[in-house]
Amino acid sequence: MNAPLMRTPLHDLHLSLGARMVPFAGYEMPVQYRAGVMAEHQHTRAAAGLFDVSHMGQVRLRARSGRVGDAALALERLVPADMLSLKPGRQRYALLTDSQGGIIDDLMVSRLDDALLLVVNAACKDGDLAHIAAGVQDACTVEALSNRALIALQGPTAGAVLAGLAPRAADMRFMDVAEFDVAGVPCIASRSGYTGEDGFELGMPSDGAVCVAEALLAQEGVAPAGLGARDSLRLEAGLCLYGSDIDLGTSPVEAALDWSIQKSRRAGGARAGGFPGADVVLAQLRDGTSRHRVGIAVDGRAPVRGGARLFADADGSLPVGAVTSGAFGPTVGAPVAMGYVGAAHAAAGTALFAELRGKFVPVTVAALPFVAPGFKR
Amino acid sequence: MTVYYTKDHEWLRVEGDVAVVGITNHAAEELGELVFVEAKDAGTEVAQGDSVAVVESVKAASDIYAPVSGEVVGFNTALADDPSLVNREAEAEGWILKMRIADAGQLASLLDADAYAALIG
Repeated sequence: MNAPLMRTPLHDLHLSLGARMVPFAGYEMPVQYRAGVMAEHQHTRAAAGLFDVSHMGQVRLRARSGRVGDAALALERLVPADMLSLKPGRQRYALLTDSQGGIIDDLMVSRLDDALLLVVNAACKDGDLAHIAAGVQDACTVEALSNRALIALQGPTAGAVLAGLAPRAADMRFMDVAEFDVAGVPCIASRSGYTGEDGFELGMPSDGAVCVAEALLAQEGVAPAGLGARDSLRLEAGLCLYGSDIDLGTSPVEAALDWSIQKSRRAGGARAGGFPGADVVLAQLRDGTSRHRVGIAVDGRAPVRGGARLFADADGSLPVGAVTSGAFGPTVGAPVAMGYVGAAHAAAGTALFAELRGKFVPVTVAALPFVAPGFKR
Repeated sequence: MTVYYTKDHEWLRVEGDVAVVGITNHAAEELGELVFVEAKDAGTEVAQGDSVAVVESVKAASDIYAPVSGEVVGFNTALADDPSLVNREAEAEGWILKMRIADAGQLASLLDADAYAALIG
């Protein structure tokens, strides 16, 4: 039996904007609005798209000692990222790993003055919460912020738009975190997102979400964008989708997310290892892995989707990997994909073939991202 | 000229012993802007209900099913460069493929315009 779908605080607003609602991770979410996926994607790259991401999990960690650094140290038991060096008002990408070095989830960690604020994937949030609580509860209280909404404003004009409503936004750089009011609603803003564009994610109490969303949508150049555009935007940006591109069967090193393991957590670092699966992950950092996540550019117009098998030859007799995400890239103007291939075939420019409806179409291993990021560094 | 429809949102126009096949305006609107359309190669024999073409939006690929059994005899090559022609003119210039009808008796199993209109409400 299926549980009834949950709704975000912006549900009625989505309907009034003509959204097509679909089930996603237990929520009823807008996959697109009247403009459609293509137009919403293009608009986000050209101006600013507004996304409801309230389905994602928000979790607050407070150290029992009252010192945020103790919460950061405790979280390092669960993630390979350096959490201790994260400065107040900054955000960092991290991974929850399991004892085999697989990825339980990917998440964003913000350091506030008095706590760490985590944003985790919607489909993973219940499991993450239990896992995090079990790992750190001797040192921290772990609180699911289920009464908070999350709105992303993404695109090259996002900075100017938000600064018009909240001047302090103008001072933020990529991955900065700040607290200020937007339309009278207290928000926690990070200058980050999931599109490869400049932009913000704004967390606020659920009862203020409609007010913030309407204030943003009233600004020139802001249009709503759904999960469909979010997916094609993140794919062009080379960003992983948990459950497709990364999961328990992929390690941070295989997934080419080793940049998220800072020096202090690596061999010879001040706090080397100490996270689940550290033996596996540190050995992979030293020795390399037999496969890698790579970008896949498709030569023709036919999109190559997740699940397509990849071969070194045009007859399909030499399998080298598989596609994990694929779509048409509206900004690239061609199909784009990512997947895992054997190390010998992972260099950018390597010619491969993807199995597509019984045929083998030429593809090329490509550097990620497909679209240059617009971050305000 | 008689036009028939299927529950899977294809249309079929009979021209002699050839069927011109496409997707309905309703289907095109539901799918969103198409980025790729491909039919089985000419000469391919398909049975009623078999996948005979694929239409792809940014997000997803959707099969187009043969409304009747027959042999694929043509593809709308205009769609190779401009797949969104289907979105603009799904039931006219945006036709997808032509099939030689193997058994005209199967046409009786299809919907007429009124029945299809009732189906999509």
